[in-house]
Parts: sequence; structure tokens; C-alpha cells
Amino acid sequence: MAAPPPADERPLVMLAQALFPEFAAALAGRYRFALLADADAAAADEARALLVGGLPRVTAQHLGVLPALKLVACTSVGVDHVDLDACRSRGLSVTNAGAAFAADSADYAVGLLVAVLRRVAAADVYVRSGRWAADGDYPLTTKVSGKRVGIVGLGNIGSRVARRLAAFGCAVSYHSRSPKPSAPYPFVPALRDLAAGSDVLVLSCALTDETKHMVNRDVMEALGKGGVLVNVGRGGLVDEPELLRCLRQGVIGGAGLDVYENEPAVPPELLAMENVVLSDHRAVLTPESIGGVLEVVIANLDAFFSGRPLVSPMEL
Amino acid sequence: VVATLKLATMAAAGGKPAVLLLRPVDAPFAAALRDRFRVLDLYAPGQALPALAFVAAAAAVPEPPRATVIWGGVRVDASFLDAAPSLRCVVSTAAGLDHIDLAECARRGVAVANSGEVYSTDVADYAVGLLLDVLRRVSASERYVRRGSWAAQGDYPLGSKLGGKRVGIIGLGNIGSRIAKRLEAFGCIIHYNSRKPKDSVSYKYFPNVHELAAESDVLVVACALNKATRHIVNKDVLEALGKDGVVVNIGRGANIDEAELVIALREGKIAGAGLDVFEHEPKVPAELFSMENVVLSRHVAVLTEESRSDLRAHTIGNLEAFFSGQPLLTPVHADSLAQ
Repeated sequence: MAAPPPADERPLVMLAQALFPEFAAALAGRYRFALLADADAAAADEARALLVGGLPRVTAQHLGVLPALKLVACTSVGVDHVDLDACRSRGLSVTNAGAAFAADSADYAVGLLVAVLRRVAAADVYVRSGRWAADGDYPLTTKVSGKRVGIVGLGNIGSRVARRLAAFGCAVSYHSRSPKPSAPYPFVPALRDLAAGSDVLVLSCALTDETKHMVNRDVMEALGKGGVLVNVGRGGLVDEPELLRCLRQGVIGGAGLDVYENEPAVPPELLAMENVVLSDHRAVLTPESIGGVLEVVIANLDAFFSGRPLVSPMEL
Repeated sequence: VVATLKLATMAAAGGKPAVLLLRPVDAPFAAALRDRFRVLDLYAPGQALPALAFVAAAAAVPEPPRATVIWGGVRVDASFLDAAPSLRCVVSTAAGLDHIDLAECARRGVAVANSGEVYSTDVADYAVGLLLDVLRRVSASERYVRRGSWAAQGDYPLGSKLGGKRVGIIGLGNIGSRIAKRLEAFGCIIHYNSRKPKDSVSYKYFPNVHELAAESDVLVVACALNKATRHIVNKDVLEALGKDGVVVNIGRGANIDEAELVIALREGKIAGAGLDVFEHEPKVPAELFSMENVVLSRHVAVLTEESRSDLRAHTIGNLEAFFSGQPLLTPVHADSLAQ
């Protein structure tokens, strides 16, 4: 990366919310910052770039106070917290974390999948409670290798999930907005058909108006009573109340969930279920990845301010 | 008298060869055996003789059993073989062979068949699941969420990336090689130790486990238990692995010096462990229960529906091969393992 410019030539970057300390420290020498909520009129008029750390809501109103804005740079993978319609109509560029988190998210999706199918977390609880010989036979679980896996969204994360599960001998198919000619897996145009032909459904796509609640009762019935849902995308991809009903009624066999419709609220009913594995929206992040995100953010901002092509622009 | 009458009933069932069944089996397995053999079943309802007495009584029926089906809980040694001199074939359904005196069997011309690759995939899958769980804290964050702590206290501490980690596999057999193949897809770098280097793989070989540990971030125990591998992961190896290192054991508890492992975890000399097996099952060191950086299970790596039915087919395959004078599907030779 180029050496940081002298202090008074640093470009101004507006912040949607305060940066995490690691980010702030890493970026301080390269840019000047102002916090959107506190910014004075001069800063608001000057700011051409808005850096969105974390997942705060960024609305048309927020964007509206920044007349010179041209770039919205996000540190996350999913950008459903940003009003993309407003960005589109103003001709703004939006960048995300690109592939910085992709491996970690994919790793975690597989970890959840194995944990659900092989009851890894449940086994751990069992042993910690001191039960072993006392309680007789432990239930048989189901083999991971060779399962038919349907991946929804074959982007950076989904394609890595596919590669990992292929090494387990799983048969991978996928559904996305359009087929990816270079992908070596069968494309299934209808989500319901993907579910019908899969033992496991992995959600790794963006949350948009089209994909909201895409996993509904119909899809879950198609997935079927031995089927498992793994969600490392967004809670809103799944009709959550319907998911609870389907789990309770045995319409599907189990779920591995890293995301929920109203985080950090986890529906209490899930807490009592043995056939689900729950986590706190952690798929995306390891300490090693934070460095990766910083690189992407800096690369995007540097490219923007020097008129070069963005590194991880999103199609709006 | 009732006990021997029961045995006589079992032994009298038609002209099929007799098989001495010394492990409990589920209904489909029992039915499949009875279809083909006269089954002398230690676990038959109403059968009350203790194991060794049952074996001796079975040896005394007309046309005594020439084959037996056992599991890991049955020690096949000189006194066992003395009690049933008619046995010419031992078919073990266990994943390991540490319960069989292979040299003694060879001396008596008793053929031994193991479970082949029936379990290998499921054990490999489980090993990867354990490693993912330890490194990414799947179970720990599960407990956190279920306690209601996410809303109250914010995010649980992050785990650690798999990609780029050097994974040292102890034993690159059927299970170890499958673990390697899976972890490569996660971007792990595979190192290994085994009795001899394997020309067919490009992974880096280490002649001893201490050196393997010194150059690995993760140690996976996937080897058999025998004299050479007892406590193969000891205090020195754990120190060489180091404070960011993780141990996964899907072999046998005794492959690791368990007391030293607990100390290393307690003192932060290693970062965590995923353990499916323990030295003195069903006893698990209670100190582990309060550790957040360990994932524990009660010897379940083989327990899937699929391997249960594969095992049934495989066991019957070995028995049928033996009784028809064909080579066993998965024979074990005394010299194939360092004993």
C-alpha cells in the first residue's frame, strides 16, 4: 500500500457510526474522519465517502445530508442495512467486504452443518452433565459425507461452502439469481426444487426484497422431515415463525442458525430444541479476518480517492 | 439348566453354520444373522450365563461355532481362545484392534477380520466437526446463546481461523487420509506422522510426533492403539505443540497421556482440545467439564445410521466368506501392526 499522505491532505471520510478501535487505529493516518450524527455542515458538504462499520441502518435521510457523496464503503458482507434503492437512484457506488470474510463464513457454515447432523454440540452437553454409562445408548446420528447439499447463493461464501462439502463427498447443487457458467455444480432455477432434491439447504445469499422470507413453509416442506437448514446469511431470508412451526412439527429435521430476524433476540422456543445448533452471528468473523477487512476497506477508499476502479463494488 | 436349554435351542436351528455372537445387535442385524446362521447369542432375551461361561457352553454344543462376532469389549487372548477351541475366525465390529492378541490368534491359525473402512468416513467427518467446533467455538457459543447471554452481554469471544493452520495428523490410514482430504478444502496445510512415509501423498512427513507437534498448530490423533502408540501424545509433545495449539482425539483415549493433557489445558500450555475418547471410559476427568475451550463427546464418532447398516453388511460379508472358504473381506495380519 502507498505511504499515507501528509496530515492536511488526508481525504475526509464520513462515518455512519464510530469505528471499532482496531479499525480506527489502522485508518487514522490515512483519512480524516467525521461522525455523521455530529458532523458540521462543512464536513457534510465535503464528504464524498461514507464508511459504514458494523450494521447500523443507513437510510435515504442519512444519505440525503451528504450532497457530495459518491461512495458508500461497508465493512460487512451483507449490505441490507443500507438503503440500496436510494444509492442506486443517486448513482452511488457501494462496496462491501468482498471475499475477506468468505472463508470464515464458509468454515462456520460447514461447522454448523456437521454440528447439526452429528449432534456435536448436543454430545458435548451430554458429557458435561456427567451422563455416559448411566443413560444407555446414545442416539445414532446421520452421516455427513455424501449428503445432497443445496446452496442458496453461490457467491464468495457459497462457492467456498461448496468446495468444502465437495471434499466430504457431498453432492452439491445451487440456486441463485442466475446460473454461474464456471460453477461445476448443477444449477436449479427454483428454490423449492433445490430443497426437494436436497438433504441440507445452506443459505449464503444477500437479503433483498426478492429474497426476503424466501425460505417459507412450501420450501421447508420440500426439504422434508430429514432435512436440515443452515443459515449463515441473514435471518430475514427465512420466515422465522414458520421455521419454528416446521421444527416443532417435524416438517424439517433440524437447523443450524447463525442469524435471526431480530438479533440479538433468539426465539425462546429454539432454546428448548435439541435438533438445532444456535450461534451469535459469529460465522463471519475471526480475528485473522479483521485484518483482511481492513485491507479491503483501505483498498476501496484509496482506489476511490485516486480515481481508480473499486476493489469490491456491489451490483445494485 | 434353563441357561443351557436356551443355548441348546439356539444351537439346534437347522443346518446352518453356528456363529457365536458376543455383542448386542439391533433387530435388523439380528434378523440378518439368523437368516444365514445358527446364532448363539450372548445377549438373547432370557440368556443369563455370564460371558466366559456362555463361551465355554457354546464350545460344548454339537457342531460348535467356528466363527465369532465380537466388539471392543471382548478381549480375545489366550484364555478366551482356550475356552472356545472350535473358533477358527474372529470377526470384530470395532474400529480398533487393541482388544485382540493378534500374535496369539496367528499362532493358533485363527483368522481375524476387522471392520475395514466401514467407519472411516464417519470418524473423519466427526474429527473435522470437532476441530471446527474447538477452533470456531461452535458449542461454546451455543451454550452462550441458550443461556440467554447474547442479548444480555453481547457477542461471545471469536474463535480462530482454520485456513492456513498446519494440521499434524498422527496416523495417515483410512481415517487420517480422509481427514486430510477434508481439511485441505478448508485451506489447512497437512503434516503427518506414521510408521513409514507414504509415497502416494505430498503432505510433509515427520519421523516422530514431537517434531510433528513442533511444526503444527493442530494435532489430530487418528492412529491405532498399540504398544508403540500408547501415550504417543505426552507432556513433551504437548509442550512442543504450544499455547496456541489444539488437540483432537478420535483414536483411543490412551493415545494421549490424559493426566498431562488436563494439566496442559488447565495451565494454558495448549489452547484447546476436542475429545471423543478417554483413557478410562466412561470416566471423563471432571475438570474438563468447566473448560470452555474443550469439546467432549462419549465415543460417538462411529455412531451413524449409515455406518450401522454398512457394518451389518460388512460383518455378514466376512462371515459368509469364511464359511464358504473364500478369503476374508478385511483380514488382519499379526505383522501388519506394531504390537
